[in-house]
Amino acid sequence: MPQSRIVRISDDALARALGADELAAAFERKGHEVHRTSSWGMHWLEPLVEIEGMGFGPANIGDVDAILDGSSEKAIGEIVEHPFIARQQRLTFARAGQTRPTSLEDYLATGGGIGLRRARQIGPDKVLEEVLASGLRGRGGAGFPTGIKWKTVAQTPAEQKYIVCNADEGDSATFADRMVMEGDPYALLEGMAIAGLAVGATQGYIYVRSEYPDSIRKLNEALKHCAPIIAPFRCEVRVGAGAYVCGEETSLLNSIEGKRAEVRAKPPLPAIEGLFGRPTVVNNVLTLAAIPHILEEGGSSIYDKLGVSRSKGTMPIQLAGNIRHGGLFEIAFGITLRELIYDIGGGTESGRPVKAVQVGGPLGAYLHPDQFDIRFDYEEYTEADALIGHGGITVFDDTADMGQMARFAMEFCAAESCGKCTPCRIGAVRGVELIDRIRAGGRAADAVEIQPVMHNAPKQGRLPEQEIALLTDLCETMKYGSLCALGGFTPFPVMSALKNWPEDFMPRETAANVAERNDA
Amino acid sequence: MACGKAEPVSTKEQRIGEIVAEHAGREGPLLPILHDVQHEFGCVDAESEAHIASALNLSRADVHGVVSFYHDFHARPDPRPEVQICRAEACKARGVEALIPAAEKAAGERVKLSTVYCLGLCSAGPSARVGDRLHARLDAAGLAKVIENA
Repeated sequence: MPQSRIVRISDDALARALGADELAAAFERKGHEVHRTSSWGMHWLEPLVEIEGMGFGPANIGDVDAILDGSSEKAIGEIVEHPFIARQQRLTFARAGQTRPTSLEDYLATGGGIGLRRARQIGPDKVLEEVLASGLRGRGGAGFPTGIKWKTVAQTPAEQKYIVCNADEGDSATFADRMVMEGDPYALLEGMAIAGLAVGATQGYIYVRSEYPDSIRKLNEALKHCAPIIAPFRCEVRVGAGAYVCGEETSLLNSIEGKRAEVRAKPPLPAIEGLFGRPTVVNNVLTLAAIPHILEEGGSSIYDKLGVSRSKGTMPIQLAGNIRHGGLFEIAFGITLRELIYDIGGGTESGRPVKAVQVGGPLGAYLHPDQFDIRFDYEEYTEADALIGHGGITVFDDTADMGQMARFAMEFCAAESCGKCTPCRIGAVRGVELIDRIRAGGRAADAVEIQPVMHNAPKQGRLPEQEIALLTDLCETMKYGSLCALGGFTPFPVMSALKNWPEDFMPRETAANVAERNDA
Repeated sequence: MACGKAEPVSTKEQRIGEIVAEHAGREGPLLPILHDVQHEFGCVDAESEAHIASALNLSRADVHGVVSFYHDFHARPDPRPEVQICRAEACKARGVEALIPAAEKAAGERVKLSTVYCLGLCSAGPSARVGDRLHARLDAAGLAKVIENA
């Protein structure tokens, strides 16, 4: 009987969706000890098998024997030496791939708990000072300085305050929150406990979307184990119900309160009147998970030294869509899109040229290859009429139809609008119709317009360029008239697609209009 | 209108009463209650809404407003197994749209296909979910198999 070895396989949802459970069972049947760890974030290699530091992937059950006898063609060498890993600056994801997610023992053995212990020693004022000094900005998308938000809550007197973690990660191309919750749940809980200590809140809520069953399970398990450590801070997991708009902080608060998740007008800011009308810190998972490191001795100055201009520290960037090396890549701000897509991501998976890249999820702009020198930095993206959002990058190859993608952006907004404000609720529906008409080559005059009494109405219908002017106008209205980012940012993908790929908005060559032309 | 398992009305009212009681200590208990009711009865129908409203001292309109807002709650039960297919941008970039016609054919009347915007497996799409089980890197054959086994 050969010697039993320790085999490490991730139990992240993505690895499990690709058969990691079955693979783990196969190694166990061979008499080996399987440790289910978090994911390294090299998703194209999942399920990734690690034995004594050496990696094999993407592995399936048929590879088990070859991996064990060392003859597998799926060997990638030493994992920590892999260029994708070696190039990163992992702070939030320092434990990725290395610990068992819900093992408190693993967490404490890898520096877990130090931040909270130190926070208790130095007290709330110093904690606030250090978070401010670190330059940390909200990782959810808006990029608001975390220290200022915390300070506002700390300075607002109230009998009860709350820490709310926004884990409603609904943006396509984003999965970093999910990987924290599934891979390092204690780091998030520690961050929340530190936030509670800093602002004087004893109750926390983590609002997780229902599409993340693994995250919900692991957070609840982790909470059970670490309750005595984070006490007197208490925390509860709340499960969403399939509404994308809950990623907006005020609608998330309404949802926890048990209401329709409609957006609230601001002011009042949640920091002053938030959950149940009380001062509330609402932070994204990545923001809170960055806190334990910042609170370690010297952590805030390390954080402040990384990055560029006002974008400090590291950003867990998510490479998704049609990309060869997709996964999680954490690095200091300032890296260019070109490096991310080609040097790190290896170009498209299909092998075709890159046509467009959407940064920042469904509400982010589509960037053209001409713009790929843009550096990852909040301000630089804002200047380019784009946004970093939650750091998700979706790559499209040259088969993508950008007119169709622009239409989808409007369709998505219409499906997910909370209905509170008119530009979003109605504008999105009109946007879909307009894009359809542009792509159909304009429209004929309608029944009312052709009435003789309608003296001022155009009698010849509308040309595509007139419809495009209308779409541009609609986007302006949505951008400046919507209450939240859903309606306000939907114009980003639409207008960027229109600007960069106008040919994709040209009338489709359909059988009907070919016949029409031939008749004429 | 009754839904879910054919149980006498009184039992349903009693069970909803128990669910509400389980969440008594929570702040803002409506969503957790609705999740439990949806899970237990396969839907949150008008009758359930009325029971929940009276137990929480809310108006029926309040509860109905919440139930109808969220995609996860349904007014009528659907006995068919459900396969959720992600059709958000990243999965579109990886070709999910081309798989849909065949998937619809495979599903037929037996399986309910629904669209979901993002399962968080964006680097390994197209992806699908059946219950708590996720599937990624699906091609036409893979998706057909997921639907078949649903």
